[in-house]
Amino acid sequence: MAISLAARLEQIWEEKPGLGSWLDTVDHKRIGKRYCYTAFVFFLVAGIEAMLMRAQLARPDETLIGPKAFNELFSMHGITMIFFFVTPMLFGFGNYFVPLMIGARDMAFPRLNAFGYWVFLFAGLFMYSSFLIGEAPNNGWFNYVPFSDKHFTPSLSPDFYTLGLLFLALSTTVGSINFIVTIFKLRAPGMSISRMPLFVWAILATSFAVIFALPSLTAANVMLELDRRFGFHFFDPSRGGDVVLWQHLFWIFGHPDVYIIFLPAVGIVSAIIPVFARRSIIGYVFLALATMATAIVGFGVWVHHMFAVGLPNLAMTFFSAASLLITIPSAVQIFAWLATLIAGKPVLRTPLLFILGFLFIFVMGGVTGVMFAAVPFDQQITDSYFVVAHFHYVLFGGAVFPIFAAIHYWVPKMYGRMMDEGLGKLAFWLMFIGFNLTFFPMHIAGLLGMPRRIYTYHAGLGWDLWNLLSTIGGFVLGLGILVVIVNFMKSVRTGAVAGPDPWGGETLEWATTSPPPPYNFLEIPTVRSAEPVWDQPELRDTGHAVHGRQPVLVGHETLGTSVMDADAESVIPMPHGSYVPVATACGLAGIFAGLLTGIVAVTAIAVGIAVTATLFWFRVREEEEPGPSVVVGVAP
Amino acid sequence: MVILIFTEATLFAILLTSYFFIRFQSGPVWPPDGIKKPELTVVAIMTPILLLSSGPMHWADVSIRKGRVRWLKLGLLLTFLMGATFLTLQGFEYHKTLEEFTPRTNVYGSLFFTITGFHGAHVGVGLLMNLWLQFNAWRGRFSAADHLPVEVVSLYWHFVDAVWVFILVVLYLSPHVWP
Amino acid sequence: MRSRSRHSWVGSAGALLFVLGASACGDTAPSTLHPEGPGAHRIAGLWWFMFWVSALVVAVVTALILIGVLPGRRRRATHDRATPRWAGRLVVLGGVVVPVVVLAVLWALTLSDMSALSLPRRSIALKVQVVGHQWWWEIRYPQQGIITANDIHIPVGLPVEVELTTDDVIHSFWVPQLTGKTDLISGRTNRMWIQADRAGVYRGQCAEYCGLQHANMIFYVVADPPDRFREWMTREGQGAATPTETGALRGQEVFLSSACVGCHTIRGTDARGKVGPDLTHIGSRISIGAGTFSNTPSNLAIWITDSQSVKPGNLMPPIPLSPADLEAVVAYLEGLK
Ligand code: HEA
Ligand code: HEA
Ligand code: CUA
Ligand SMILES: [Cu+2]
Repeated sequence: MAISLAARLEQIWEEKPGLGSWLDTVDHKRIGKRYCYTAFVFFLVAGIEAMLMRAQLARPDETLIGPKAFNELFSMHGITMIFFFVTPMLFGFGNYFVPLMIGARDMAFPRLNAFGYWVFLFAGLFMYSSFLIGEAPNNGWFNYVPFSDKHFTPSLSPDFYTLGLLFLALSTTVGSINFIVTIFKLRAPGMSISRMPLFVWAILATSFAVIFALPSLTAANVMLELDRRFGFHFFDPSRGGDVVLWQHLFWIFGHPDVYIIFLPAVGIVSAIIPVFARRSIIGYVFLALATMATAIVGFGVWVHHMFAVGLPNLAMTFFSAASLLITIPSAVQIFAWLATLIAGKPVLRTPLLFILGFLFIFVMGGVTGVMFAAVPFDQQITDSYFVVAHFHYVLFGGAVFPIFAAIHYWVPKMYGRMMDEGLGKLAFWLMFIGFNLTFFPMHIAGLLGMPRRIYTYHAGLGWDLWNLLSTIGGFVLGLGILVVIVNFMKSVRTGAVAGPDPWGGETLEWATTSPPPPYNFLEIPTVRSAEPVWDQPELRDTGHAVHGRQPVLVGHETLGTSVMDADAESVIPMPHGSYVPVATACGLAGIFAGLLTGIVAVTAIAVGIAVTATLFWFRVREEEEPGPSVVVGVAP
Repeated sequence: MVILIFTEATLFAILLTSYFFIRFQSGPVWPPDGIKKPELTVVAIMTPILLLSSGPMHWADVSIRKGRVRWLKLGLLLTFLMGATFLTLQGFEYHKTLEEFTPRTNVYGSLFFTITGFHGAHVGVGLLMNLWLQFNAWRGRFSAADHLPVEVVSLYWHFVDAVWVFILVVLYLSPHVWP
Repeated sequence: MRSRSRHSWVGSAGALLFVLGASACGDTAPSTLHPEGPGAHRIAGLWWFMFWVSALVVAVVTALILIGVLPGRRRRATHDRATPRWAGRLVVLGGVVVPVVVLAVLWALTLSDMSALSLPRRSIALKVQVVGHQWWWEIRYPQQGIITANDIHIPVGLPVEVELTTDDVIHSFWVPQLTGKTDLISGRTNRMWIQADRAGVYRGQCAEYCGLQHANMIFYVVADPPDRFREWMTREGQGAATPTETGALRGQEVFLSSACVGCHTIRGTDARGKVGPDLTHIGSRISIGAGTFSNTPSNLAIWITDSQSVKPGNLMPPIPLSPADLEAVVAYLEGLK
């Protein structure tokens, strides 16, 4: 009988292989993987861009790469890493694991989810198409005016930036809305807000931060585009506009954004540490609150990126205090993790190694961040390589190391096979040593007066050695990444079979098969603990076994629950695969291409496509099969 | 939708904050370059029409909860007409204002037209959604049990109305209050 | 035990690296850790304080990580739920109490340094205007009517006010050995002050990305003893001397009849262009092309014939001159001391 239930669900939820399903899938696991793959490709591209820069900077007065190319490289490197790698990568993990961790069958709005992915992909392609016409963004990842005004940059470079990011913002926004609703409404019965996994908390905090931070960037980009295209004067001092307005708007977004990058990574750390320390996390409540506090206080520090602008001292002292204050939640988190490690019985597997690397590197980056909060020091060191060192320590250490930990930790769940331990450790050491060799010398170069974003420098300034070391380190680091790629390719084919719960995890993703079936769980898990898989033996193997004590949904549905206590409330029918998301995204891509090129016909046709697709979106909803079919607490 | 409204509200908040930022950066005279303070007569008519249109919308929402489809249709129609009147009046007002200054005149013009235009676009989208609701209401799609779209659009409409209050205060009234 | 030895090891290794970095490079590095002005001095002090605190924090965290994962300790059962009392204390102490204290001290230091640096102790001796251009610096002494480029002469030991504006995009004025940077913001005027405690040449560089040649937007602050400074001021205030030597004289003719005058001014001649730097005393400047290379006759010749080959993207077009003319022009310009 159990077989028949599984078979029935399989039949209802399965998406047939083939091009059609590739385009119309709404399965959060496929979309999540897709986010990860695409984002990782962007990572490699941006990494190669970085290595080209490092090659140019290895020696003084090098002429390998000219100034134009160099400026495009550092701009696209920053833009890609920040907007097209870290956030989408973490959203990819969120997409895959949030529904699993909360015991849902999919995200709340599966088609919106698919739409978000396509928009992300198209926005990335849009941004990179700029290289084809040789007008890639060349003004850094924060695109300051007036350099990006029509007058100083008549080419399309800044238009690629503004339109590309406006386009991408759609994806990030709908993704965040989807996470928030999913987390609020689809948690397994019994998973009250205080039993929510910390990774889910982190995604929630991040999503809220996106909702309130992104509009600022959007507004800035719209204003800039109006200035450039239609001769408006928001940033034009000769007509009353103000160039510092851009900086405020950018950083009101930009600083929260660095926590948008960092927080999901923090969630990964909180997910991995208790599993490998083999004990429950210490200070769950503190960690959850710290996540929220970071997200909130993060909105009050943006001026620390503008200490050299010549703002009034009083304002700067305020933002200095706020920047110091934001250390506290991070410090609480660090010590909670350390306490968990010390109180536990850690096993040093690759995922934990990467987490330890994260702890060390992130603290190094954190303390230099604190230094910038001291205004006079920041005025001395801002826009120098010291800042480049800081943000790679926090970005690479704070977000990318956890991402690599997550790869080693979750690949067994996603592909059903273990990653190779030996190669994992080798990769870790290469990356750890390579990382520090690349970025530690940058502190020194910065203190020695080397500004950032320079395509070359003269010999004899004392910068040569440190730059050479950085370049060498970069190659070691790249080698480490290469090992991870090789390990992944090899392991998903020939790795040891993982089984449902290879690490002895406590959260619900380990309660189902690896990889999980299309419907995630046969029975909807009913949770009575913050570490359900450790405490509730009946949850093991929920992917294929039926125990008969938990609700079973036999249709294409998931269970809706209440926001705080997660009491079962309703059965929500879930949409099937649909071409509408990809069609809508195509239409939008066309609109942005039309705006960029200024060809009215393109825009008009694209608007037509987008509108038609949207109408279909609403039409389909009416035709969903009716009739909830739930069997609660009864073995079928 | 609630969350979408949050972001949208933030967007408007950012735009209005930018307005104040520019204003305080600029010289003592505001609006600059000899532009007259905003004219209030047309706005005095537009505003009540838009704000009152929340009434029929709410009524439509309440009605369908009780299953009264006819009142729903009527409420939607009224809302639509009032919203459309608002937009038409805004068109007139633009027509007049554009003779004095345009978005390309100076930053004041850019701010004025961008913010009001952005709001106008939201009213427009609200009207489209309203049409869509009417279309479906005529097809008998909504009932007491199934009316989520009505609720959502109603929420959106109230939001657009509320934003107008802020725009009114900032763009039209504040230059009169702070000379 | 282990933690103590560990931390001193990490600490001294870090310090060693920094000290090495700071000193291995002789006097040529524009190092923030070789301060020669009151601003940079205070900031270097602040840095060393923060450096040692940070080294301690990193050392403690490293030690705790190692304690956590190294084998050989008494271990509890797996899947332990209880929070040991020491763990709670560690989180509160390390996560809240200690940071609050440290950060409060740091904030106090920040405030005191900020107020100390906002105004010089002595009254301003001289005012200099700096106007940013893509990609060079226009330097004006309004009280003395001097206009020059890329070299700023100041009297040693005296505070000098610098007024910063820009002609185009945003730049940033940074002389690491003297004080922190201040941006040149389009449409705004910023003021700051610098002071050099020792005579010498201090390298400065544009620190806000400003386009293609942001890397070659270098300048020098020359701090002279009072009498030398006065001498420089007098010389700089005068127009260009008419050359006496025939080669240079011919150079002047070539210069004045070529495209050069469209962009450059040489006070005392008919060259009144405003696009490029004032060349009245080009011969006495340290560098050519805002620090692109040093000011030698051969470099100048390269610059004139094809500046794009050394500073791609700069606004000066190649000036086609016959070798003889070129030699004459170089002689003329190098003679403008
Ligand atoms: C993941 C991203 C991330 C994170 C987490 C952080 C974290 C922090 N950052 Fe960073 N930052 C960036 C990404 C990030 N930053 C980027 C990308 C830039 C550059 C943008 C650009 O210009 O391109 C930047 C730039 C930047 C600046 C501007 C520098 C400049 O341009 O002049 C400042 C200034 O205050 C700053 C401060 C801080 C602070 C105070 C923290 C704090 O949150 C750190 C807190 C953590 C710790 C301190 C460690 C743990 C604590 C303990 C172990 C307790 C004990 C510690 C003490 C008592 C000190 N950052
Ligand atoms: C998450 C964010 C992130 C990440 C991961 C990185 C990763 C790296 N970054 Fe980047 N960086 C930024 C975010 C990031 N950066 C940002 C925001 C800026 C500011 C931009 C601006 O100023 O606007 C910046 C700027 C920046 C600069 C300053 C440029 C300048 O100011 O002129 C430099 C210089 O060295 C640099 C270097 C590197 C290097 C060497 C890596 C390496 O870690 C990359 C490692 C990856 C690879 C090497 C590729 C993958 C490996 C292979 C394909 C295998 C084979 C390859 C080899 C064996 C070589 N970065
Ligand atoms: Cu001027 Cu950078
Ligand atoms: Cu910041």
